[in-house]
Amino acid sequence: MPDLTTTYLGLALKNPLVASASPLSRNLDTVRRLEEAGIAAIVTYSLFEEEITHESLQLDYYLELGAHSYAESLSYFPDLDTYSVGPERYLEHVARLKAAVSIPVIGSLNGVSSGGWIEYAQRIEDAGADALELNIYYLPASLDLTASELEISYLNLVRDVRAEISIPIAVKLSPYFTALPNFARQLVEAGADGLVLFNRFYQPDFDLDALSVTPNLQLSDSNELRLRLRWIAMLYGRIEADFALTGGAHTGQDIVKAMMAGASVAMTASELLAHGVKRASSMLAELGEWMVDHEYDSISQLRGCMSQRAVAEPAAFERANYLKVLGSFPATLR
Amino acid sequence: MPRTWMMIDGNEAAASVAHRLSEIIAIYPITPSTSMGELADAWSASGRPNLWGTAPLVIEMQSEGGAAGAIHGALQTGALATTFTASQGLLLMIPNMYKIAGELTPVVFHVAARSLAAQGLSIFGDHSDVMAARATGLAMLSSSCVQEAHDLAAVAHAATLAARVPFIHFFDGFRTSHEINKIEQLTDDDLRALIDDDLVRAHRARALSPDHPFIRGTAQNPDVYFQARETVNPYYLACPEIVQSAMNTLAGLTGRQYHLFEYAGAPDAERVIVIMGSGAETARATARYLSERGAKVGVVTVHLYRPFSVQHFIQALPPTVRSIAVLDRTKEPGSAGEPLYLDVVAALAEGRVQGFASYEGFPRVIGGRYGLSSKEFTPAMVQGIYDELGKTEPKNHFTIGITDDVTHTSLTYDPAFSIEEDETVRCVFWGLGSDGTVGANKNSIKIIGEGTNNYAQGYFVYDSKKSGSVTTSHLRFGPHPIQAPYLIDQANFVACHQFSFLERLDVLKQAKYGGIFLLNCAFGPDEVWPRLPVEVQRTILEKRLRFYVIDADRVARETGMGGRVNTIMQTCFFAISGVLPRDEAIEAIKQSIKKTYGKRGEAVVQRNFQAVDQTLAHLCEVNVAAAQAEAHAAIPPANGAARSQSMVGVPLPVLTRRPAVPAEAPAFVRDVLGPMIVGEGDSLPVSALPADGTYPSGTARWEKRNIADEIPVWEPDLCIQCGKCAFVCPHAVIREKVYDAAALEGAPDSFVAVDARFKEFPGMKYTLQVSPEDCTSCGLCVEVCPAKDKSQVGRKAINMAPQPPIRERERVNWDFFLTLPEIERAKLNTAAVKDTQLLQPLFEFSGACSGCGETPYLKLMTQLFGDRALVANATGCSSIYGGNLPTTPWSCNIEGRGPAWANSLFEDNAEFGLGMRVTLDKQGEYARELITALAEHIGQGLASDILHAGQSGEVAIMAQRERIARLKTMLLHLEDQAAPEIAAKARQLLSVADTLLKRSVWIVGGDGWAYDIGFGGLDHVLALGRNVNILVLDTEVYSNTGGQASKSTPRAAVAKFAARGKSTPKKDLGMLAMAYGNVYVARVAMGASDQQTLRAFLDAEAYEGPSLIIAYSHCIAHGIDMRKGLDQQRLAVQSGYWPLYRYNPALAEEGKNPLIIDSKAPSIPLEQYAYNETRYRMLVQSDPVRAAALMHEAQQDVQAHWQRYHDMAAVLEEEATSTP
Repeated sequence: MPDLTTTYLGLALKNPLVASASPLSRNLDTVRRLEEAGIAAIVTYSLFEEEITHESLQLDYYLELGAHSYAESLSYFPDLDTYSVGPERYLEHVARLKAAVSIPVIGSLNGVSSGGWIEYAQRIEDAGADALELNIYYLPASLDLTASELEISYLNLVRDVRAEISIPIAVKLSPYFTALPNFARQLVEAGADGLVLFNRFYQPDFDLDALSVTPNLQLSDSNELRLRLRWIAMLYGRIEADFALTGGAHTGQDIVKAMMAGASVAMTASELLAHGVKRASSMLAELGEWMVDHEYDSISQLRGCMSQRAVAEPAAFERANYLKVLGSFPATLR
Repeated sequence: MPRTWMMIDGNEAAASVAHRLSEIIAIYPITPSTSMGELADAWSASGRPNLWGTAPLVIEMQSEGGAAGAIHGALQTGALATTFTASQGLLLMIPNMYKIAGELTPVVFHVAARSLAAQGLSIFGDHSDVMAARATGLAMLSSSCVQEAHDLAAVAHAATLAARVPFIHFFDGFRTSHEINKIEQLTDDDLRALIDDDLVRAHRARALSPDHPFIRGTAQNPDVYFQARETVNPYYLACPEIVQSAMNTLAGLTGRQYHLFEYAGAPDAERVIVIMGSGAETARATARYLSERGAKVGVVTVHLYRPFSVQHFIQALPPTVRSIAVLDRTKEPGSAGEPLYLDVVAALAEGRVQGFASYEGFPRVIGGRYGLSSKEFTPAMVQGIYDELGKTEPKNHFTIGITDDVTHTSLTYDPAFSIEEDETVRCVFWGLGSDGTVGANKNSIKIIGEGTNNYAQGYFVYDSKKSGSVTTSHLRFGPHPIQAPYLIDQANFVACHQFSFLERLDVLKQAKYGGIFLLNCAFGPDEVWPRLPVEVQRTILEKRLRFYVIDADRVARETGMGGRVNTIMQTCFFAISGVLPRDEAIEAIKQSIKKTYGKRGEAVVQRNFQAVDQTLAHLCEVNVAAAQAEAHAAIPPANGAARSQSMVGVPLPVLTRRPAVPAEAPAFVRDVLGPMIVGEGDSLPVSALPADGTYPSGTARWEKRNIADEIPVWEPDLCIQCGKCAFVCPHAVIREKVYDAAALEGAPDSFVAVDARFKEFPGMKYTLQVSPEDCTSCGLCVEVCPAKDKSQVGRKAINMAPQPPIRERERVNWDFFLTLPEIERAKLNTAAVKDTQLLQPLFEFSGACSGCGETPYLKLMTQLFGDRALVANATGCSSIYGGNLPTTPWSCNIEGRGPAWANSLFEDNAEFGLGMRVTLDKQGEYARELITALAEHIGQGLASDILHAGQSGEVAIMAQRERIARLKTMLLHLEDQAAPEIAAKARQLLSVADTLLKRSVWIVGGDGWAYDIGFGGLDHVLALGRNVNILVLDTEVYSNTGGQASKSTPRAAVAKFAARGKSTPKKDLGMLAMAYGNVYVARVAMGASDQQTLRAFLDAEAYEGPSLIIAYSHCIAHGIDMRKGLDQQRLAVQSGYWPLYRYNPALAEEGKNPLIIDSKAPSIPLEQYAYNETRYRMLVQSDPVRAAALMHEAQQDVQAHWQRYHDMAAVLEEEATSTP
């Protein structure tokens, strides 16, 4: 059996298969079964600051709606002693996860304010998370916000969070950056220990019968792997960070590809949501079999072997608009 | 344990004692006592212990009768028990109260005393209810103010244990019950000192127990009942001293000494008022004021009314007394005098005989009525009564506070008389129900009362509508205790939180000379003046008011507060009033925000903080003199003020205050309802009001409330004329008509007409018109509209647009629209939703909540059957928006026909409606008998036609109407011309001939009525098989009293009295009714299927037996975006939670399956429906583990429920197909 161990964000993992941030982590029993199935670490579902704010404002709105308006019904709901509208439920869940399994638990946070980022990051650390994934997805709809302003704000928040917590930090990115390599490097300089490539989000769809917009999120498939492979392969070895590939890892071979591109771990959720948590063990078995078949001894042997720096044809990663190379020629004219 | 000073209302003051001194608390919601039960329930739910260390068990019953029965049983088994009630609720308890008293059982009933329904219902306060219970044998202890409601609650609990006489402890509803005042709270140690544990154990020892069994509740015969009834006398004789002893103990603990009869005023008073309740506080304060100025006046406050101690009463009177006025806050028509008056007269007579009296002779005694239904009772009235007492021939059986120009009972008085101290600061705030004004003012007065050395008082007045309601907050504070249980009429500070109020209300009426006026408006200090109505300008100048403005709506918008300007206006109040140094005030406001909203999350707190922080920069004082000079316009004289100029581009305000109703309104509306609309109803004399509670229909149309910011605007190019918008409109403000093009003559230029798209009406015109001044902006119409602009899908055939710019245009269009003829009913296919909306609604512009889920069903009923319907309406939301003065929505058509509506009570509505039905049946039978007898005189043909006419459908109904009209003409002739015997029969037939037309009896109410308090009657009416239509507007809670759980409340939802989430499933009322086999039953949700709803209404009405329609009614108490109410209905059906069905016994008779399931099998999880609603979601937020467990069970309920119906349909199908 080949050596499947890997390290990610300084955490020693028994293999490179990690459950990505998803509803899988909401249920303790599921998480236990994930551990049994061989998953090496779990990223919890995200704590969304915006959701907390929304829940709180929504609760307040509806408790007040119609209140103090008509003499017979001065309110419509009992005034309960406590509401769990802060991050407490999430933090308690993180703590419960930590207690329930022995694999590392990585917290995940999506903030909207700098205060929220720092406060919640600290509290996730306090709740016992082994590392923190910052999910910095924000859709810049404003016509006034420039790319560099947005990047600077991201960098500032990574810097701020880094200054406040001591556990490793990974930054989960969207692929939509004009100059991803440069931004990735700046993130690492700002304190990120790892980069998680790439986020997947709700996308609007149209209901043609109702003529309405229906946001949805579909499970990924292996086709989505290639975007991730390209960027991990291009960044591997050029910046001092661990990489996690997320989105498109569905088979043992997909994990192999992720490792070859340079990822320390491959994260998956769609495959497990579609086929059950036991699928993790067969994916790992596929990984092991492939490595045996192809006489690889360890993950470290695999890692980065197909990265841009390692392949014979580095330009292949940079081809975007044409497939056939016009023909090789020497770099300098003779 | 040190005592704390608190700002609480009377209900909380009483409940805090009752909860600590009870083990079992049986409750049922009834205004204004409901919050006592709510508090007790909430305290027990959070584990707050009683004096003996255990949380009382609080149990909601199905009625007050049930609560009294439960209490009786609890007491018989040795519990310390209590209950809270009022008004009709107390009446329902009376049978048990006799038993409880007869068995000498210690218990306290805390009553927020309220009017009884007589010529009309009233939720407000007087002593009608407690006086109706005075013969039960319960002792009656009266509290006059919030502190007393607290202290005497404890005295009652202590005394009942010692005396073994059960107690009513009462205080004035909607005064003491809801007045927030500063009181010193009794500690547990105080209560321990009052309550003798030996007596508690003695009570338990008397309990039923199989270990030492005995019989209680025997039936007694003529030989012993009488004597046995007299056995209790010693206990009643001892009771007064026991109460006084408890009062003395309390005085020893707190320094507050009470007496059974409390005298205040001049020691040598000659004129004395005897009174109880909050009016006593006013009378005492006035007597003190007058006696300090030399008047020989005094007041005896009655605390212990039953048992009435003659000796104590006589001894309370000053020896100098010469004349006495006894004031009763109740009316006992036909009596020799009201109860307290009679008691006093009797006591004086007995006192004289027994020699108790210290005074000379027999004082002159007069009785008077005051303050019914929370009518104001002021020092000016007290002075008026003293003046009357000083006359040689004072008026007896007088009234005060009204003008009785019929039997001339009323006393005159000088309303300008005031005893308010200058040190007391008085503030009045005008707010809109939805803007948070009252909530903020409750916080403000608590800040002042608890955070400073001031004494303080807060009282809040609401209006009679549930949407767009105006509130006024009356706050007093100062260095001395505030003993003024009446509204402020001289305010140092007036704030108006809504600019639009200036247009229709006299908000500066209470402003004191030199006072402050704070106005929320969009105009800055330099531009506001010319925008004010001239009446407001004039008052500001005449009263020399300091005038401040703030654009609170802008601050609210910018800080994410939405429409809630409460925190902003609160900050302005503290900044201007100077009650605290500014920084301290802001800190106190923030602390209060944290306390009030903190548990709802930091985001809410921060948002409010931001609003506070940004307020002061926007608060400006207006330089009135400069503004007036700049306006260059002389203020028009008070009389004949006209619109001074038109403000082009400025839609609001009009520059003079609008009249309450238009000049063309009927005289009764103009002269009687008009003053009520603008808050001047107190000025109406007795002669203005109907003597028997009968009011004209259709008056809501005259009250143009203009509460909508936005109204729907029709896009005729997109409209497919489906009628859905009009169908769902809760306020009947969207109307459709199809008419001949010729009718458009004289139409305003802006009036829109298009070709009608109805196959029945080729070549005709069609208009969809919105009533701009009646809309409440709910938006349901836009949500339901299926027609979208192909090039811009956000644009529908109906869209919301700001009201002010189009108000006038649409008002003119609406007025023209109303003149267009109604379509002939017989031409319509009433089985099609599209066609039904061409029928005139006879239920319009109700004061229901914006977006109400109930009213569209009622409106539909009136469209289909309204011109021949009688409605029995259970008390609840529907009786309030249906019948609350000043104006009411039940209306009539151009022929003067419309639903005849009446409300009896809460519990008896099915029986009430049945009574209507059996009358119609009997009189119809009699009419048919008379027709047969008179056949030869009226013609055999007509007689036979009338007797045998089918009356199914509009055509047949119209034909019968026409026959009856012909018959009546003939009868009139016969009455004059025929032989006496025939003429007599003709006269008889004339009076009942209308019953020959098929009448539609509708019994309407909510789930509180149908599932709980009225279920027994409803069940009986169903069983009787008579032709009644029962419409249950199912909101799944007691909506009208603020969201208490009913048996209709679903599992996993939070409601009051089910604060931890209801753990039992919703009662399946439909299934119970179906079990009879001969009851038509339908479950409908118009948001899921308007067609099925329509079908059910038609089926139910057509069915010649009892029909029950259970209608899903989304409700503000669900905690939803009301605009999405119809979506929620659809999701409820899709989830299987609310399967649609119709069970029609008529089908079974035809050999068909009577049960038709009209919705599909569950297709979405229950959560997807439920978690859109606060009532479910808040349990997830408060107790996620329990929420998950209950939701799991609720989902199982859905499956089981669906399966049960599915199986039943299959079985019935099998039976139907196997029937030969």
